[in-house]
Amino acid sequence: MALSISLSVNGQPRDVELDDPRVTLLDLLRERLVLAGTKKGCDRGQCGACTVLVDGRRINSCLVLAASLDGAEVTTIEGLAQGETLHPVQAAFIAHDGFQCGYCTPGQIMSAVGLIAEGHAGDDPERIRELMSGNICRCAAYKGITEAVLEAQQTLAGADSSRRDAA
Amino acid sequence: MNRFDYIQPASVAEAIAAVSEPGSVYLGAGTNLLDLMKIGVSRPQRVVDITRLPGLDRIDWLPDGGVRIGALVRNSDLAYDERFAKTFPVVAEALLSGASAQLRNAATVGGNLMQRTRCAYFQDLGSACNRRVPGSGCDALGGQSRLHAVLGWSEHCIATHPSDFCVPLVALDAMVEVEGPRGTREIALDSLHALPGSTPEQETTLAAGELIVALRLPAEVASFADNARYLKLRERTSYAFAVVSAAAALEMEGDTIRAARIALGGVAAKPWRAREAEASLAGAKPTAEAFAGAAELALAEARPSGANAFKIELARRIVARALNFALAGTPQEMPALPASPFSTNPGAYHVA
Amino acid sequence: MSPENAASPLQYGRAGSNAGQPLTRRDGLLKVTGRATYAADNHPDGVLYAVAAGASIARGRVTSLDVAAAKAHPGVVEVLTPANRPPLAHDPDEKMPPFGFRVDVLQDDTVRYVNQPIAMVIAETLEAATEGAALLDPHYEVESAAVDLESGERFAPAAVGVGAAARTAHGDVEAGLAEAVRVTEVDYETPPQYHNAMEPHAVVAEWDGDRVTLDMPNQALALSAAAYGAYFGIPAENVLIRSPFLGGGFGSKAILNGPQILTILAARMLGRPVKLALPRKQMFGPVGHRGRTWQKLRIGTDGEGRMTALHHHALAETSTFDDFIEPSANIALPLYAAPAILAEHEGLRLNVGTPGPMRAPGAASGSAALEAAIDEAAEACGMDPLAFRLANYAETEPGTGRPFSSKTLRECYAEGAKRFGWSGRPLEPRRMRDENGFLVGWGMGTAVFHCPHFPAEARATLRADGTALVETAGADMGQGAWTALAQIAAEALGLDPSQVEFHSGLSNLPDGGVAGGSGHTASAGLALHKAGGDAIASLAELATADAASPLFGAGNIGVVAREGRLYRRDDETRSDSYADILKRAGRAQIVGTAKAARDPAVASAYAMFSHGAVFAEVKVDPDLGQVRATRLVGAFAAGRIINPRLVQSQYYGGMIWGVSFALHEEAVTDRRTGRIMNADLAEYHVPVNADVPSVEAILIPEEDAHVNPLGVKGVGEIGITGTVGAVANAVWHATGVRVRRFPVRIEDLVAGRAAG
Repeated sequence: MALSISLSVNGQPRDVELDDPRVTLLDLLRERLVLAGTKKGCDRGQCGACTVLVDGRRINSCLVLAASLDGAEVTTIEGLAQGETLHPVQAAFIAHDGFQCGYCTPGQIMSAVGLIAEGHAGDDPERIRELMSGNICRCAAYKGITEAVLEAQQTLAGADSSRRDAA
Repeated sequence: MNRFDYIQPASVAEAIAAVSEPGSVYLGAGTNLLDLMKIGVSRPQRVVDITRLPGLDRIDWLPDGGVRIGALVRNSDLAYDERFAKTFPVVAEALLSGASAQLRNAATVGGNLMQRTRCAYFQDLGSACNRRVPGSGCDALGGQSRLHAVLGWSEHCIATHPSDFCVPLVALDAMVEVEGPRGTREIALDSLHALPGSTPEQETTLAAGELIVALRLPAEVASFADNARYLKLRERTSYAFAVVSAAAALEMEGDTIRAARIALGGVAAKPWRAREAEASLAGAKPTAEAFAGAAELALAEARPSGANAFKIELARRIVARALNFALAGTPQEMPALPASPFSTNPGAYHVA
Repeated sequence: MSPENAASPLQYGRAGSNAGQPLTRRDGLLKVTGRATYAADNHPDGVLYAVAAGASIARGRVTSLDVAAAKAHPGVVEVLTPANRPPLAHDPDEKMPPFGFRVDVLQDDTVRYVNQPIAMVIAETLEAATEGAALLDPHYEVESAAVDLESGERFAPAAVGVGAAARTAHGDVEAGLAEAVRVTEVDYETPPQYHNAMEPHAVVAEWDGDRVTLDMPNQALALSAAAYGAYFGIPAENVLIRSPFLGGGFGSKAILNGPQILTILAARMLGRPVKLALPRKQMFGPVGHRGRTWQKLRIGTDGEGRMTALHHHALAETSTFDDFIEPSANIALPLYAAPAILAEHEGLRLNVGTPGPMRAPGAASGSAALEAAIDEAAEACGMDPLAFRLANYAETEPGTGRPFSSKTLRECYAEGAKRFGWSGRPLEPRRMRDENGFLVGWGMGTAVFHCPHFPAEARATLRADGTALVETAGADMGQGAWTALAQIAAEALGLDPSQVEFHSGLSNLPDGGVAGGSGHTASAGLALHKAGGDAIASLAELATADAASPLFGAGNIGVVAREGRLYRRDDETRSDSYADILKRAGRAQIVGTAKAARDPAVASAYAMFSHGAVFAEVKVDPDLGQVRATRLVGAFAAGRIINPRLVQSQYYGGMIWGVSFALHEEAVTDRRTGRIMNADLAEYHVPVNADVPSVEAILIPEEDAHVNPLGVKGVGEIGITGTVGAVANAVWHATGVRVRRFPVRIEDLVAGRAAG
């Protein structure tokens, strides 16, 4: 049974012919669209390594069928930087050493982008820790991750307000 | 995962028709079902994806002040809905203590109600499990059962229900709206989940093909909004299932309890409403003795199903603590660590 | 001629380099953009997918597999079973020196542990391979498995860990205990733990004739290439392992395992590239783990709290078919100045996958028990735990009397205690509460880890434009090797790290040794340092012999390399740039090479360890028993620090592993079947972000003139040691309950004491 879906992946329209309904969004990205930046850590929603944004919301891409996402806008780690300019979350992760092995990092960063967009953490590190707890880092770079999210959030807020000021 | 037919119906009626084929299942967000399919616990022939059904993703306030929540409303959207969180704060807190932000962004209200047990023996195909394969036995009995049920279990099954959300819901008399081949009906949430008895495979009282379309909370229970908490013990600070949990809600009149609501999570195959404990508090003063008495009553029928006697005492204590928390008042702001004992709420603790 | 930088690195030190500075990671940009390519990210044309079927029994025989059902599934290409598995050139039931374990690669139908591969399905898609494996429906002849102390067979191991002595005795422990005023005798248990790097073990194998390319995460490139060569009957140089990034290793990616070997075999059999990434569940079995231990400690003390004897006995599990014994008791050897010390081990054969080195092997589990026992001994003596440790401070290595190559533990204790605010801690437990009524406890532990050194090689090429290429087959599994090693190389070459191109992670580069034992920076670093020195020496020869060079004739005086120039040592107004020297000589490049190893004479003359002190605060709900490690302060001395930012991250990670050991991690085994009932990341708990509200690491300056010419010690593993005990001791201090079985669980604290 063939299923046709149309997705936007990092702003690019992608028409996908699925020969198999079992394909998850994660495996679609990694094995069929060869966008391997998104990582598989557990394949069961238990680690967060596969976090991407679907229609602007962070989710575990391992626990959603690609077939059910017709029309969705998907943003992965590959779609975050503007050319050579890093997204503030990416830059902050480097500055605060918010990773070691780097394997969970795409998921951490996408989760952080989602968290900031959700806007429930304020500048409270405890809230950031709680809301980043769906992303396991076995290297345990949590201190740097929390600092990076705080800083990136401030950077983004500053950019917003300067845009507002300019307008 | 086995191959299956994938169907995306356009209406509830189509969905119900589609699922009437044997071997069919409804697929919501998939956060539980897809996982079970990956590990082979669920092998449906036909998957009926209901995520595109129109009209099921709304939160509607009813004229009387109650709320009707569409089955496809995402957990996080409900938890962060301002009016909902203000009116039913204990439900919002329970939602935010469950799983992770990513899973809450995906998981639906209906799916949460339908999620299946975390019992490792249910998930392990090599183990006997009456819930998975009726009549095969229960390897959880006599196995690693420190986190299993202490209430309502039988020798056929000692699994627990994993939901946080359902615990305050059952305390607050939530109703479930269901559509099925025989039309529409309502079920009290307290009656949705079945205790195992001799038929643990019958996890809910839904008939074949029935679909949860909405959840309702009655207007009356908004009266608990000022004194309601959910408390959840975990083996790490976040992103973990409950060892035990409790929802407690009080309606105060001066220094007297007019009404109380208490339910427990992680102790039985269903969210466990403690009605006798509630009744013991009606009209009582909110004293440590009264709360201890209520906790005692809540666990009166409890018995260990394995090396889990500690859960009984723990459940008593968490009931008492949740009542204390509720008495201290619903926090103005959602705690940073929702439902955690470490969601510091100064003054809510007794100091030894 | 001997340029100064090659002869005395400590003196020429930081001239012209960024070593010692907190550079951010060189691979940071790739890692935050998703462009860092991990093994399973590779996608060669025509790639097939492999999925192993894992045994669901711990002991017995596979009696049937429904291969037909698997093969009938659309997309399935082949099913590998003992019946059709092609031969291997090395017997998998023979060990592969030096670190290779016996592996399960379908050599027969026996099952020796749960999740052992019993078949492998190869298919056109991952979905088909996964389902193919599920359709095999294995039937077994089940035999009763050895799963615990009662059913396992105890034995006296010939060695523990990787070739360490199973028994070491200094002095007469029994006499020491007899003369003690007090004897603290305690038993501690530590659970089986699984590495669970976020990146599951993976390989993409592609053959070209008798050459094979393996994209796989690997901590020991040269050894592994040789081992794969042996398994597949080809020369080691025909094996190219590409491991540019490892998604964590923690010891488990230094050792060959069955599923990866089978995948490589399948690729050869089918003539197509094959990809394997282990499902998380299969990370619990065939790829090593930290074995369970049962430890007994006896500590004799005199009236002043000085030890008269220290006896540490460890019983450690291993598999039924191979030996890796957690060398836990050896942690008792280097730390405390007891006149009599006995460290001894026993083995226990269980139906488990063979354990292996897991971050701080032996040291983590041993330190957990020892540091908790020390706390109990201090309590018995009525002494502050820090004062007790200071009273037993070892100025020289206990038992041998050897000097330490350096030891700055006293300063670690002092600085850590100061930063933590240790003074004023009540001796008695259950004396502290916070404003919310939580029980508060403070505990400490001593951290220690030895300094192994692996032979390593490197190559440094100075190029015509004055930049350099440096190469060594090292591994960056997150510790920051790419960055720190480049800093060392840049320093040796007198260049800025930005001028140094660093190639690593390929098995065809000079052997960078093993990334393990916290010895990689020192081992590969020393080779790079020497290779750089060799290149500079050759360059200096060119310059000092070149009449056109300002350095002409300075051969006996020597030159200093700095910022891309050589300077005359006695007259720094005279200098010449690398580019000019090469240009005049008509050379496109100059290549330096080196092999480096530890001088055995130095190794036997000195005891070499990194040291530290960890202080922990926990809060415990007095009624509900939930614990949170609210504050961690570690102070560590580990010789010269190449990159403090990355070193700090290593300490944080290690300390959080310590919290995990103390409070969270445990593989839960069904005693009837031997099945691991929490082989996933939902129920095998490792800390999440919310578990770590506050962690600090203090870098105590330390110079070490002996450990190696760089003065560098290890930092990757020491953070766990000390921390486990510190957290456990803090739990006791908060609650008054001694939990002698890790991890501490809620019921221990609820049952251990009545409410309130």
